[in-house]
Amino acid sequence: MSGHLIDLHYYVESVLSFLLGFGRDQLHGIGTASPAPLGGPLYGLGDLLGAEWLLVLLTWLLVVTVMVMWGTAVNLLVMMWIERKFYSRLHDRVGIKIGLPSMGFLATIPLLGGLFKNFVKRPSHLGTGFLQNVADGVKLVQKENLTPKSADAFTFHVAPVLIATSSLLVFAAIPFSEGFAVMRQVDLAGNSTNPLGILFILAAFGLAPIGILIAGWSSNNKYTLIGGMRSAAMLMSYEIPIILCIIAVVILTGSLDPFEIVRQQTVSLGEAVPALSLLPPTSSAPLYIPNWFIFPQIIGFIVFFVAILAEQERIPFDLPEAEAELVEGWLTEYSGMRFGLVFGFKWLRALAGSSLLVILYLGGWTGPAIGTGLSIGQVGVFFPPQELWFMLKVYGVFLVWVWISWTFPRIRIDQILHIGWKKLIPLSLVTILLAIAMRGLGVYA
Amino acid sequence: MAIEEEVKKDLEGRFGGVLKASRVLRPRVVQVRIDRRDLLPIAKHLKATGFEHLSCISAVDWVTRFESVAHVTSWSRNCLVEIVAEIPHDNPKIDSLFGVWPGADFHEREAWDLMGITYTGHPNLERILLPRDFKYHPLRKDFPQEVDRQYVSRRKLGGG
Amino acid sequence: MAQAGEQHGDAMWINMGPQHPMTHGLWNLRVRVDGETVVEALPEIGYLHRGVEKIAEVREFHKVVVLTDRLCYVSSITWSHAYCLAVEELMGITDKIPARGRYLRVVSNELQRVASHLMWLAAYGPDIGLLTGLLWALRERELFLDLIQALTGQRMNQNYPRVGGVRNDIPATFPRDCEKVVRHFFKKLEEYESLFERNKTFRMRTEGVGVLSKEDAMAWGVTGPNLRASGVDYDLRKLDPYDAYAELKFEPAVARGGDTLARYLVRIEEMRTSCALVLEALKKIPAGPYRVKAPRRAEGQAFRRTEDARGEALFYVCGDGSDRPYRVKIRSPIFCTMSAVPTIMRGNKVADVISIMGSLDVCVGEMDK
Repeated sequence: MSGHLIDLHYYVESVLSFLLGFGRDQLHGIGTASPAPLGGPLYGLGDLLGAEWLLVLLTWLLVVTVMVMWGTAVNLLVMMWIERKFYSRLHDRVGIKIGLPSMGFLATIPLLGGLFKNFVKRPSHLGTGFLQNVADGVKLVQKENLTPKSADAFTFHVAPVLIATSSLLVFAAIPFSEGFAVMRQVDLAGNSTNPLGILFILAAFGLAPIGILIAGWSSNNKYTLIGGMRSAAMLMSYEIPIILCIIAVVILTGSLDPFEIVRQQTVSLGEAVPALSLLPPTSSAPLYIPNWFIFPQIIGFIVFFVAILAEQERIPFDLPEAEAELVEGWLTEYSGMRFGLVFGFKWLRALAGSSLLVILYLGGWTGPAIGTGLSIGQVGVFFPPQELWFMLKVYGVFLVWVWISWTFPRIRIDQILHIGWKKLIPLSLVTILLAIAMRGLGVYA
Repeated sequence: MAIEEEVKKDLEGRFGGVLKASRVLRPRVVQVRIDRRDLLPIAKHLKATGFEHLSCISAVDWVTRFESVAHVTSWSRNCLVEIVAEIPHDNPKIDSLFGVWPGADFHEREAWDLMGITYTGHPNLERILLPRDFKYHPLRKDFPQEVDRQYVSRRKLGGG
Repeated sequence: MAQAGEQHGDAMWINMGPQHPMTHGLWNLRVRVDGETVVEALPEIGYLHRGVEKIAEVREFHKVVVLTDRLCYVSSITWSHAYCLAVEELMGITDKIPARGRYLRVVSNELQRVASHLMWLAAYGPDIGLLTGLLWALRERELFLDLIQALTGQRMNQNYPRVGGVRNDIPATFPRDCEKVVRHFFKKLEEYESLFERNKTFRMRTEGVGVLSKEDAMAWGVTGPNLRASGVDYDLRKLDPYDAYAELKFEPAVARGGDTLARYLVRIEEMRTSCALVLEALKKIPAGPYRVKAPRRAEGQAFRRTEDARGEALFYVCGDGSDRPYRVKIRSPIFCTMSAVPTIMRGNKVADVISIMGSLDVCVGEMDK
């Protein structure tokens, strides 16, 4: 059982309350020590700094900022970098396989230097290539943002904002561990809880097709319109299997709370399914099969896996975007950072989709851990912490998606819709039936 | 009897009067030389006797006459007939083989485009390789050849 | 990129090309679309017309090889070879070509054929969205280009076949290198199978798409792998053998169906056949001269046809007694396949047009001459 390392609200609140309290005390001191006309307002300013509402407001703002920075600045760059390295390995490209070991100074390490000598001799670029994405971002920022003359200016400018914000909005409700979450309350038993969290995630996910449709329509180009409509059709038709699979999981757990869903996946499989009582019973045994919902919901897992892949508009489902007939589909008329924002946030949606998959089916942030004796605040520190387990699982799922992306051709739009409507929806209805049956017949507690 | 002898005898038997010349070039290849009027009957006969594939229609500009050379293959009988049709230079018209073999389509368009031979009965005789508004037929011998060459040997320069 | 054409009624003309990332060369395809279905397709070619036939009339017979190399630059040796055969027929020295020269021509032809088919595969992968195919096929093509470079000194436009034989003999280690490459390549072909053939999505995109029936193929003059993919078992190397093909054993690759999957399968099988032919020819190659001195002047008319990587390549050469050809007529297989494109495209969906065009293996250099 792992414990979380970062309790976002708690840390931010403590840091802020320390800073604000310090500022308040200082201002109180200055205020009492100052001459009359100045002293009162300064003292009042100190009171302002110490006010409860300011602390709460700043805490929320900073928490959201940290989450956004984590989502975009860190994860986005890392995901793009990892994807490039991974598919270049699939492609058997030589240059990009050389990375850290090829740095010249590594061969000079006294004992281990011998390991790196061969790498350094190979002619290649030096470095890991991580800053390539930063360079791409800088390039896009300094490009001109063109607006087509006959485009509908307001919606043309609003659409990328809508897509970007809806991608970021999902992260408000996705927890990365028991503490690292924006929307989180603590209930009486000390557990994190966020009732209706899954509902919020689904709603935020569902905003993206609107943005895409608006983008395709407002460019005033016959082909972006076709691309936008195809994209919207595909995204909307694949949201239905997603929602149905989530309904199946919710039936099994009885709650829309991501924290609760993950908590229910920590019990042992033997406890959840009384018929399997031969398995090690308690969750404190060193080796046990946890009750990850992938086991009772294997069909739902597969359907959700495919449907989220389509939601992200990755190859094999990227025909609306990269069709040879339409240059970039609904994205054609965008240039500069507007394009960069929408294009880059594809990876953010990959992170969101992957996180959702991990939370629902793969046990979220739980995993075996060793407790160290330390503790921060009131929470004990475990190694590996929950955040690390979560990130490992998320990146693992992401790598499988990258693998699939670069192995399959594109599917045609009518075949995509055929799969979505005629194959995935019936399967997801079957999972719902299975979930109801398992709960109802007492096979699954 | 070898296939080329068979085909030659068959053609001579049916069209003996109009064939100006006919001979066997090499195993499985027969050459006949005709006037342009008789192209279509011979072509139809060949198509009927199993020559399914039209390999090529070439146009040659011998200065006093044109020639439209059709190479017709029979896959099933493994034989090729080369039909050389002579066309007078001042009136370059000949029947189109499109009705017999649709594959003649682009060949005849190219011959019209580059050489200026009109194929009557072709559904869409337009320029294919050159721009639509190009006025000349470049492969004719009276269309000037590219004369300034970059390499001239020293001997020629010195007047040798 | 696609631009809107005129709109007549409710059908729309779309221009695919001439600048298009997926057409592999400079040609235009105008497609008339009704909803999602293609109603009519009109290819427009000639963007790469260089007047090779006209230039050939002012170059000496032996120097035209440089021009014919550049007809189809992806598959240069096969085109120069066809030209040399036609000129040798014209000069009457066909029987005098030494055996070693004939076998070397077979070896170089087949190596070039494999390289050409790998280039097709590398271009076809991205057409349907499989970018991994590009990298893998080009990786293998490098091996064959290395072999060709060891043999001829150049990777493309090699100027290797000569009227009367070939330009030079093989290096000493060449048979061993060929064996190593072919062994490695056969292992990689298994990988390609798993990436393409056994890939469910690839089959979804290519099965039943772009069907060309047997009768249509023969009527429109389609030859080569496109014809054999429609179930017609005619390979000029077997029917009308030239060079040393009569002495080598192989089976032409035929597939049924006539769709893009069949064309893919035929080309993969042809790569295997070509590799086997190279090894067999290198085993059987006799010692002796590889080239005979050809006369400078020639008179008369002659033609010769070969099985190029893309179909039947026929050269009709006329001489008038001087040392330059009087007329060189080039029959390009893709030129004839292009006339069948409307028949193939009708009834398919717009999203499949790129896939079909890629599967026909269009090389604009030989099409436009």
